[in-house]
Amino acid sequence: MKYYLRRVVFYLITLWGAVSLNFLLPRMMPGDARSIFIDKMMRRGGEITPAMTKSIDVIFGAEDASLWEQYLRYWGNLFKGDLGVSVTKFPAPVTELIGAALPWTLTLVGLATALSFILGVAIGAFAGWKRGTAADALIPAMTLLQSLPYFWLALIFISVFSVGLGIFPIIGGYSLRDFPGGPEASWEFIGSAFYHGLLPAITIVIASVGGWVLGMRNMMVSTLSEDYVVTAEAKGLRRSRIFFWYAVRNAALPSIAGFGISLGFVVAGAIVMEQVFTYPGVGKLMINAVQDKDFALMQGVFLVITVTVLAANFIMDMIYGLIDPRARSNV
Amino acid sequence: MSDADNHVIPAPVAATIPAMIATADAADGGGGNRPRSRFREALPRLDFKLALGLFLTVSIVVFALVGRFFTQDPRFYQNPTFEPPTVAHLLGTNNLGADVLAQLAEGANGSLLVGLTAGVIAVVLSLFFGIVAGYLGGYVDEVLSLVTNIMLVIPGLPLVIVIASYMETRSMAVIALILGITSWAGAAIVLRLQAKSLRNRDYVAAARVAGERTHRIILVEILPNLLPLLAAMFLSAVVLAILSEAGLSYLGLGPSGAITWGTMLNQASQHNAFQVGAWWWFVPPGLLIALLGCGLSLINFSIDETINPKLRSAPDAVRSVRRAEKEAKKAQRLSASMGNTTRNDMHKETP
Repeated sequence: MKYYLRRVVFYLITLWGAVSLNFLLPRMMPGDARSIFIDKMMRRGGEITPAMTKSIDVIFGAEDASLWEQYLRYWGNLFKGDLGVSVTKFPAPVTELIGAALPWTLTLVGLATALSFILGVAIGAFAGWKRGTAADALIPAMTLLQSLPYFWLALIFISVFSVGLGIFPIIGGYSLRDFPGGPEASWEFIGSAFYHGLLPAITIVIASVGGWVLGMRNMMVSTLSEDYVVTAEAKGLRRSRIFFWYAVRNAALPSIAGFGISLGFVVAGAIVMEQVFTYPGVGKLMINAVQDKDFALMQGVFLVITVTVLAANFIMDMIYGLIDPRARSNV
Repeated sequence: MSDADNHVIPAPVAATIPAMIATADAADGGGGNRPRSRFREALPRLDFKLALGLFLTVSIVVFALVGRFFTQDPRFYQNPTFEPPTVAHLLGTNNLGADVLAQLAEGANGSLLVGLTAGVIAVVLSLFFGIVAGYLGGYVDEVLSLVTNIMLVIPGLPLVIVIASYMETRSMAVIALILGITSWAGAAIVLRLQAKSLRNRDYVAAARVAGERTHRIILVEILPNLLPLLAAMFLSAVVLAILSEAGLSYLGLGPSGAITWGTMLNQASQHNAFQVGAWWWFVPPGLLIALLGCGLSLINFSIDETINPKLRSAPDAVRSVRRAEKEAKKAQRLSASMGNTTRNDMHKETP
């Protein structure tokens, strides 16, 4: 129980740290970000409406308030679910835009990561089991995959499969021609979304599987030279039993523990990749916000991405506590 | 926090966990009478993987260093534009008429510089947060570990994107600095566990009793044992920084005005190189990033094998068992087929 309590407290502190970081970043930046931002808006020919002023206050803080007052107001807004108003898609609230984009990213990145994890651990377990054979040739291949930039791979795939061969759609998360009214709840739409998500998912899987394979393979090799595995072999247990219940079960623990953390890397890669595929997820939203200097939207997306990664880590920690008693008892 | 850290370990470093115990053991029980042989022991053994890794890395570094002497000025824009590879321009030209090979060499400089700088910053920070926390323990440990863990779970690239987008112009040094200060946490956690295990060793205790200062114990007694681990961490930090820089530059948030592999890819995609199939422009930068990353990771893999001898001895053992089995079989077959003749021979000889 103490384990879970400690984890909950840790994640609460981390959440507080992340939110505070989100609050402080725009205020710590060199130069007067607030006036630069307003200048930019004016130059673009827009006038500053009261709603926009409120949005600017949310990110940069009201001019007359002290930092501490701003901080309290920031938390107050956050609890009301108010992240400000988007400047580029005025007057859409930031939360609404993020709410529309989040399911796309969660589904795509979630499924692709799960697939990559399972595939990587399976291949890694096999490569570790077959150590000292031709399977060792997987190592250089996997380090190459691991080092591929996500977005470059995505660009190459589009260039080859979408533009060159015409097998996959070039952009978007679903067919805009078939569904001009936006997402709807029908099987055709799900089919279209699946078809559009296939190439992005393949990109994520290929670019992220290498890390899992290498980590699992090395853990497997170390585990297989443990004395208890030798004992199991000497007892004459079936090979499959040694493989699954003595080796894989123990070797997979660090991979499972590292799952949440690596999710951070995958999310990072996926953000850039979404831009390549013009995928309607939070990554694309964030990059649009960055390019249009829509700071309220950008901060909002950053906060949501951080909280999502934190939540994933938290869930993985809880699961890890369940499957590895050492983590629980070692408090 | 000890419980917390034991299992929050990123996959890239996860592989080195068993290694940590191994290093400590090797450092302790390795005899250590002859420092030279110990030093040699600490070096990775040259095998195919390491050779390939060194070859890739060294070639790219050499290309970055001397490439400019054999190519045009990367900012010379008077060539024909969008030209496929010719003898004059081995990798063709881009939309402005600059020689792609020349840009590639200049980009190698830029990317490596960003990667190395960020790598150094990340390692220094992880040393501070990891070793100081692990060695001192107690209060300091709690605070430093908390900071480390928070940095670990906050996704790095989105943070970098946010920071970079607030800046109007970004120099290469600033990009390297941002990448460095957002990517040290994973290494710090491993180093902390290491330092925790090393501080309880007898020779460290002896140094403490002898009245050595804390910073001297950390620098002289603890740090040298962690060198292979640090080298591995440095290399992975470099790979991560180069990949992140490429992503940032692709988004248009990279170093302004500089040529790196990332900015080349950004240019290529903005001018539709991918749609018109100008492969000579967009394939080489990405490929070099991947090959450099592959080379450095292979070197890393060999360092891992040195830190954790099991990674090498286990496959070797399997190989030698297989060889022995094969030889035994061969000998058996040989003796089976030879059996009759020898007996006949012996018959002949006996009278």
